[in-house]
Amino acid sequence: MNWYGIRAIYKFEMARTWRTLMQSIASPVLSTSLYFIVFGAAIGSRMGDIDGVSYGAFIIPGLIMLSLLSESISNASFGIFFPKFSGTIYEVLSAPVSAFEIVAGYVGAAATKSIILGLLILVTARFFVDYHIVHPFWMLGFLVLTALTFSMFGFIIGIWADDFQKLQVIPLMVVTPLTFLGGAFYSINMLPEIWQKITLFNPVVYLISGFRWAFYGVADVNVGVSLGMTMLFLLLCMTGIWWIFRTGYRIKT
Amino acid sequence: MESIISVKGLGKTYAGGFTALKNVDLDIRRGEIFALLGPNGAGKTTLISIICGIVNPTSGTITADGCDIARDFRVARSKIGLVPQELATDSFESVMATVKFSRGLFGKAPNPAYLEKLLRQLSLWEKKDSKIMALSGGMKRRVMIAKALSHEPDILFLDEPTAGVDVELRRDMWEMVRGLRESGVTIILTTHYIEEAEEMADRIGVINRGEVVLVEDKNTLMQKMGEKELSLHLPEPLQQVPETLRDLPLTLNEDGSQLIYRFDIKSSDTGITEFLRRLNEADIEFRDLHTRESSLEEIFVGLVHNARSEQAEQLTKETQE
Repeated sequence: MNWYGIRAIYKFEMARTWRTLMQSIASPVLSTSLYFIVFGAAIGSRMGDIDGVSYGAFIIPGLIMLSLLSESISNASFGIFFPKFSGTIYEVLSAPVSAFEIVAGYVGAAATKSIILGLLILVTARFFVDYHIVHPFWMLGFLVLTALTFSMFGFIIGIWADDFQKLQVIPLMVVTPLTFLGGAFYSINMLPEIWQKITLFNPVVYLISGFRWAFYGVADVNVGVSLGMTMLFLLLCMTGIWWIFRTGYRIKT
Repeated sequence: MESIISVKGLGKTYAGGFTALKNVDLDIRRGEIFALLGPNGAGKTTLISIICGIVNPTSGTITADGCDIARDFRVARSKIGLVPQELATDSFESVMATVKFSRGLFGKAPNPAYLEKLLRQLSLWEKKDSKIMALSGGMKRRVMIAKALSHEPDILFLDEPTAGVDVELRRDMWEMVRGLRESGVTIILTTHYIEEAEEMADRIGVINRGEVVLVEDKNTLMQKMGEKELSLHLPEPLQQVPETLRDLPLTLNEDGSQLIYRFDIKSSDTGITEFLRRLNEADIEFRDLHTRESSLEEIFVGLVHNARSEQAEQLTKETQE
């Protein structure tokens, strides 16, 4: 195992985060804080509890998940796309690092950044609303698992994208709408029955539901199903990455 | 001499159907400077990219210091450093950070003393904290070299190392390459600048249309294939080569003031004595004379031209058949 190689990629990616602190950390924390102010403190104070949880507290897991998904994808996709774009990918490809080590470096760094961001949002939320965490271990587990899974997904997007527009298409046109419609701001039980069934095809529902269960012990779908769906998506992403390195898709001619 | 890189039956056909390399066999000797020459699109960069692991081969095998580049990729790649043709750098990183990154990527433990020595050798130490985007083109080229050498490779590939750099920096780089060779590093360089190969290389390989046309010791190549010219400076310009001398390999320069006699330097009889005797008989006087050997560039152009002519002849034959 080339531990120095993994560390080099990881440190390089993390260094980019510290260099762009405003964009990487401060900006997502600020925008999520605005959600807490608008939906949590202002509108939320006029809304009733959902499943025994105040609306301000209810939206915390969904908002963290919203940032976690978009930042994981964005960090990992940009991390691998930029070397391809600038041509510096030659160095990674010619180095004695295996596919696993490359992914560990890039995905590990992207997931770390997202987890730090998620925890910062959690701390920030305390300034606006009261909340409690029933299953802190599971909360951390879901946080790490989701960050890793979507960082892998982002890595695949970064390999697939051959211009900046493609890099943004899936996060903006697919992931964000799915997150908004995945129960970030409401319980799916509040939807008409037909939409309750349709919304189960949205994979983000399972992520938010499982994460909310870790916070408050209440969930839209069984927590085992949530965990299973997250693991399934992780497996799909791992298979995708394995195929990319096996075939050299868009990284090797 | 022992091979440090051995290429056997290497072929590469891209997805679009273009064949970049055709059954290439090549051995690079330990400790030499090997210059790979060829026109644009000849396959030089593809060959280097395959050896370094950036491009997948279609067929063939490659070993670096006895290690198969596919099976033992960790050992093989750790021995190789690459300076690519393009100036691909992490613009926002500092010089030291990017060099440290390269060393780590190649699995080497941090060694600040070595990196300091390396950056000093390349006149980059004063710029170690500067962002790469703030450096000149020549400095960026040095950074690329520092990155390639950061993991102390035994083999260094330089793909067009002096493309677009000024004369002074080119001379500096030549010095640096010689220094590396003296420290035991094997160097393979591709170049368009024939004088670069002529100046530095121990052996020359010529690649054209994906085939290695020849591999030869530089001096032997120049002896084998080189022509020599004897130029006679005439007191009175001539309109044309005199009738009585037309059977000789003679040409006039543009203004007719020099009569140029070409001869083969490897031939035992150069014909110079006969030429001078007949010149005297034709009553042509000259006021000065000098000789000149063909440059590597002329040899290279000749080789590539011959290869193209042979291919054209072959194609014509096949069409007629």
